[in-house]
Amino acid sequence: MADGDDFFDEMHGYGNEVRAPYQAFHQLLSEINPARLKRQSHKAEEFFRRTGITFNVYGEADAEERLIPFDLLPRIISAKEWRMLTKGIEQRIKALNAFLHDIYHRQEILRAGRVPAALILENEAFLSQMVGVDPPGGIYTHIVGTDLVRTGPNEFFVLEDNARTPSGVSYMLENRETMLKMFPELFSRVGVETISDYPSLLRKALAASAPAACTGKPTIAVLTPGIHNSAYYEHAFLADQMGVELVEGHDLKVVDGRICMRTTCGFEPIDVIYRRVDDEYLDPLNFNPDSLLGVPGIFDIYRAGGVTITNAPGTGISDDKALYSYMPDIIEFYTGQKPLLKNVETWRCSEPSSLQYVLDNLSDLVVKEVHGSGGYGMLVGPAASKAELEAFRKKLEAKPGNYIAQPTLALSTVPILTDAGLAPRHVDLRPFVLVSPQSIDVVPGGLTRVAMEAGSLVVNSSQGGGTKDTWVLSDE
Amino acid sequence: MNKMLGRTASGLFWMMRYLERFENTARLVDAGFRMSLTRARTAESEWESVLTTAGTRDLYLQRHEQFNTGGAVDFLVAEKDNPSSLYSSIAAARENARMTRTALTRDVWEAINEIWIQFKRDREANKHRTDLPDLLSSVRQQAALVRGSINGTMLRNDIFRFAVLGALIERADNTARILDTKYYVLLPSSASVGSSLDRVQWEMILRSASAERSFHWLYGGEMSPSAIVEFLIHDVRLPRSIAYCYDEIIETLSALEREYGRRTPAHDLAASHEAHITASNSDAIIGSGLHEFLIDFIARNAALSSQIEQDYRFAS
Repeated sequence: MADGDDFFDEMHGYGNEVRAPYQAFHQLLSEINPARLKRQSHKAEEFFRRTGITFNVYGEADAEERLIPFDLLPRIISAKEWRMLTKGIEQRIKALNAFLHDIYHRQEILRAGRVPAALILENEAFLSQMVGVDPPGGIYTHIVGTDLVRTGPNEFFVLEDNARTPSGVSYMLENRETMLKMFPELFSRVGVETISDYPSLLRKALAASAPAACTGKPTIAVLTPGIHNSAYYEHAFLADQMGVELVEGHDLKVVDGRICMRTTCGFEPIDVIYRRVDDEYLDPLNFNPDSLLGVPGIFDIYRAGGVTITNAPGTGISDDKALYSYMPDIIEFYTGQKPLLKNVETWRCSEPSSLQYVLDNLSDLVVKEVHGSGGYGMLVGPAASKAELEAFRKKLEAKPGNYIAQPTLALSTVPILTDAGLAPRHVDLRPFVLVSPQSIDVVPGGLTRVAMEAGSLVVNSSQGGGTKDTWVLSDE
Repeated sequence: MNKMLGRTASGLFWMMRYLERFENTARLVDAGFRMSLTRARTAESEWESVLTTAGTRDLYLQRHEQFNTGGAVDFLVAEKDNPSSLYSSIAAARENARMTRTALTRDVWEAINEIWIQFKRDREANKHRTDLPDLLSSVRQQAALVRGSINGTMLRNDIFRFAVLGALIERADNTARILDTKYYVLLPSSASVGSSLDRVQWEMILRSASAERSFHWLYGGEMSPSAIVEFLIHDVRLPRSIAYCYDEIIETLSALEREYGRRTPAHDLAASHEAHITASNSDAIIGSGLHEFLIDFIARNAALSSQIEQDYRFAS
């Protein structure tokens, strides 16, 4: 693996300078007693534990709740950088919604041959039941969490679009709350954009997509798989912050053409459901018949305009990693513009020449499952042992269409606080975007995930990654 | 008007039942431990009666050969497979709290989460073996913190009412069980009436209900079976008496009736139970069968619990 100096550090660039966005913070940091930093770091951890900001890790025998490590040093983005990112993200989300509408209606992009028809029509995330359905307001992706990585001063890439059910926004909000508690004085001396109105923006975006059947003020609910889901804390947090009900599948039932929740006073209709349950578990009558998480018949009510489901069913196909490789074409096709944000070069292993290249260069590449998420089932070539590489090679050869490969990116670093002082660690960034019929709002901040181990490029919380507060500066 | 999920109502109700059970079991262990220290000769039978009161005597015997302090304390405090242990009660209370988090204030949730974190640490450190009195006193303190934050921060709406109902039903059940486990020492036929052994047993009953000080204060130190039964069943001044619990249950159900604009069968059931409790005085109860009265009450109380669950759609 490359030596540390080759990476772009967001605080120090390639040398010992302090880059402009970090200057004010760097000055303040030098005034803080290191002992206090350490103390506040412990306090922050205690705060997370007390508040119960935890997540569950799948596949662990004793499914205990775990804390995601939180690092006190913020990741800082200048106003100018942010404007550029915002434009790129908006463009991408417009294209995604146009694309989703198209593949579930006239399928012009397939007819034009810009995306192979088989990739869409034979994709298990393509919901044929959505063909011809018009979601309220024409929106498919109400909530998006675009994953970005940075490799240089002006080099940003989109790594994943995460238009299905992005998670992590509660960490963005709680991280900021924690920083405000731990270092209130910083915020009076550095101008940081506020993110605390996310829950009210989310509520507005959901209300703006009320279905035809809703006559009054829309009733909104968050649908969770339950307390054993890895993101349960977030589901409860969002419901609480928005002041809406948190429901599970068995709280809901179809009554008189509406989706109703079982309350202490009888059944009450819900207008908009922010679901944190995947498509296939949504409706045992229409999709996976074994699902216990969903609501029998909900999809029929949705199609008839009795309820809005966000994000729309069928959106998950846009998270397919093979489809991702076509995003530049998709953006051009629907917006007539070149993409503002770059895609990472991607080899589709379904194509024989690409597969050969990937097999020949396995130890340099990152290989991912096309339907995977959360860092599960992924190979990081440079970090893998010989045995791991060989095992993965067999999987690839057996089912090439299941994988894509990307170069190992030189992810930027940001310092974290360690026992030995500050040390650079690799990061990525997930800004959160809310889409309503009236607007696209990219909330100025996001979730910065950070690999806690020196040299590691894996930032997923399920794989031991931590988080940082993300500051977008309000002026230059 | 409130449109609260039935599942949330259920979660709040059970959160408080488990929390109350957590505290009650701690009180029982405290009473048992005290007896075992002061009267080592009878420790064995005291632990047996504590385990009986907690409804776990048979399960205990599947795991332990005899009743002794070490085994009983382990079992009642730390045993994961004992559904009534302190560990299981607080784990279940917290799980229900987590499920209904959106209905709780941040203070209440944090107080419950804090007990759980603290208790888990203490259990891992084997504190119940090394410093039981300290563990139990911190349980009491923290339970008081939860109660305080519930009373101090929660809206007086249906959320609060379901939580209160859960606590009261559990408490009434617990007081009845304490009395029933020792009913024979309160009977006139008991061979050693008024003996020092009896006095210790009576003291133990009162202590298990945290009622020994208030009893002495109200009854001037004159202990008699009739006065104890009167106090724990009928005295509405005692917050752990059955009459007090039913007074509050009826008041809470009436508040729900006002808020929801509808009376449910649970109201009538609670009213008939209360009438049954107040219809007879302690002498009559002792005369016609204390044990029978208590068994009957425990069944009635359980029926009310199910009726509430049914009326307010706790389950689909």
